[in-house]
Amino acid sequence: MHMPLEDTLGLNLLAANQHQAEHNREHFDAWRLLCINLMSSPGAGKTSLLERSLAALATDLSMAVLEGDMTTQLDAERLEAVGVPVVPITTGRACHLDAAMVSGGLKLLRQQLDPACLDLLWVENVGNLVCPAEFEVGEHRKVALLSVTEGDDKPLKYPVMFREADCVLITKTDLLPYLPVEVERIEAHIRAVNPRCTVIRVSASTGEGLEAWHSWVRQQLAQQIAQLTPAMVLA
Amino acid sequence: MHEVDMTKCLLLSMQDWRQQHGSVSPSVEVVHLQVGDFTCVEPAQLVTTWDVAIRGSWLEGARLSIEAIPLVGRCVCCSATYRPSAESAYRSPCCDHPMEEVVSGRELRIRSVDYTLTASVPAEKPAPVPS
Ligand SMILES: Nc1nc2c(ncn2[C@@H]2O[C@H](COP(=O)(O)OP(=O)(O)OP(=O)(O)O)[C@@H](O)[C@H]2O)c(=O)[nH]1
Ligand SMILES: [Mg+2]
Ligand SMILES: [Zn+2]
Repeated sequence: MHMPLEDTLGLNLLAANQHQAEHNREHFDAWRLLCINLMSSPGAGKTSLLERSLAALATDLSMAVLEGDMTTQLDAERLEAVGVPVVPITTGRACHLDAAMVSGGLKLLRQQLDPACLDLLWVENVGNLVCPAEFEVGEHRKVALLSVTEGDDKPLKYPVMFREADCVLITKTDLLPYLPVEVERIEAHIRAVNPRCTVIRVSASTGEGLEAWHSWVRQQLAQQIAQLTPAMVLA
Repeated sequence: MHEVDMTKCLLLSMQDWRQQHGSVSPSVEVVHLQVGDFTCVEPAQLVTTWDVAIRGSWLEGARLSIEAIPLVGRCVCCSATYRPSAESAYRSPCCDHPMEEVVSGRELRIRSVDYTLTASVPAEKPAPVPS
């Protein structure tokens, strides 16, 4: 006997990934660290920025990096040269990191060190303006990078990532004199899709804006630690 | 390309749902999704990857039905709802305000499942009780 039935699920399509992401975040909270997910199109300057930021922040913060790279370990090698623990996560053909891959990265990280001694965990996502925005990995903050060479229309063409970002970095500002692009227009288009995010102009080459960027990071870390409850830390 | 991973997540959720039915295996006819326009998902691609992924599985033959949900914003100046577009930088036509509040368009939801239960035969024999 067949009876047509209907179940209402009302479940997020990515529920499986979200569960794993929440699980990752519980670990981060228990370790009292801030996890930042860096996202951008290929070559916008994520690794270059990290090289500068790791060097500058290492004076008083303890950090590690989970490095998402499709097939190579090139970025991981660049960052290891700065003297910070790096775990490469080769994603194969996947065009983004997902929560399960980051969980695998955390297992490897724990073989190297006790994450409870970290203040900051950086995740460099795969270079891609589209899907990393939909796949949470358990991060506390999302940071999107957009280089001035990409043109001022990108926030309008790929709005989801810029909408989701807590902070957008306009990178490679040292190149502005050579480009027919107005940084004000880039910024206006970012604010059009996300009026509330922090926008900072930076150059990993000249160091412009890095101080503002680093103070944003420190501020987020302080906020994150302040809102932890004893239950989260003991989890 | 990320539709493949989305489909994997969807299959995991469907697997969880199936387990709620215990030993009786539901035969799924339609899975109804709601996909917002302001997401990274291309509905046509999702259907293609779904059709490939379910081949030979317990979901073989199940159809994916996708309801596209339009992007709707609410102007924070005057509370009017509007359809933001890239051409007008997502700003409200009434007050020329940036897109602050999104009412709909971010959905990625499994809304419901149409299925039948074959009540007569249990799908699996109950496991023998160890003595
Ligand atoms: N002029 C200039 N070039 C930069 C800057 N930052 C990065 N670059 C250059 O841009 C290129 C890409 O930089 P990466 O740091 O590798 O970019 P990425 O985002 O990590 O790239 P993927 O991980 O491959 O997506 C390199 O040639 C860098 O030297 C900058 O601030 N100014
Ligand atoms: Mg890189
Ligand atoms: Zn209005």
